[in-house]
Amino acid sequence: MKPKFGIVVFPGSNCDYDAYYSVKKVLGFDAEFLWHKEKDLKSCDVIILPGGFSYGDYLRTGAIAKFSPILEKIVTFAENGGVVFGICNGFQILLETGLLPGVMIQNESLKFVCKDIYLKIENKETVFTKGIKKETIKIPIKHGEGNYYTDEITLKEMLTNHQIIFTYSSSDGTVSKKYNPNGSLKNIAGISNKRKNVMGMMPHPENACDPILRKTDGALIFRSIAKHFN
Amino acid sequence: MFKATVIVKRRPKILDPQGKAVEQGAKLLGFNNVKQTRIGKYIEFFVETNDLKSAEKEVKEYSEKLLSNPIMEDFEFTLMEVKSPIEEVSHSKDEVK
Repeated sequence: MKPKFGIVVFPGSNCDYDAYYSVKKVLGFDAEFLWHKEKDLKSCDVIILPGGFSYGDYLRTGAIAKFSPILEKIVTFAENGGVVFGICNGFQILLETGLLPGVMIQNESLKFVCKDIYLKIENKETVFTKGIKKETIKIPIKHGEGNYYTDEITLKEMLTNHQIIFTYSSSDGTVSKKYNPNGSLKNIAGISNKRKNVMGMMPHPENACDPILRKTDGALIFRSIAKHFN
Repeated sequence: MFKATVIVKRRPKILDPQGKAVEQGAKLLGFNNVKQTRIGKYIEFFVETNDLKSAEKEVKEYSEKLLSNPIMEDFEFTLMEVKSPIEEVSHSKDEVK
């Protein structure tokens, strides 16, 4: 079965079309936009919360988007085991809704970072990573607030439950401060909930799918998700 | 009617990159006694009720649910009884003069 991806559009989303293009036109899966004011997930199998600056990032990133009508449906969908994937601002929204633990603060450097980085796959037993054979993948980041933080107790819990999915690393998988682009705790780039059906990541896999971009590792994540529905 | 002012502060343990950067500016200006600059948020609004208890309840909930993120921020607020927002605004204009 080909899964249907639902891409939520908030006022201020700007990677929604990138996600749609990559999922539908490049990878050939079914995809549909879901306006944030709707309350219908249109029988989508996977929900993508895309990158951008929902509500202008006012107050805190993702803080206002969490009250969009569709979020209520997405929370129920996630609680019932539905696959939810937050990218960049989508990750920040998942943190604000509490579907994922922790918070995102400004990059330590205070600079907006836009570059290709390597991610070490820390957990290959999730819907999002099961199909990936590589140890590291190359994906671009573009954010000003990607500095992940959580308290020690939560971090310990996340480690015990293998909820850290991606960390910033070297091309050969060395995880150290040198490869940390934003000051993120433990080089965290992507995490999941305990059940592993909800994941958020700061890097943009949808910008690394089309071969014309000369990087296609992002496709591995979407293919892994799709494989789950086979 | 009440005028509410809410101050949202980042918890002391949590890094404040903005505060740090601003403090670097302070050092460049020669303000060497300035230490531990932290940047928070100041939010003001009116609450349309005459009951102090219910105003307090509403402001507290608003602060908890939206204005602050309890994982990284604390908030404090004050309430001041006012006649109407318009009077309040014209009054503060007078003060400026």
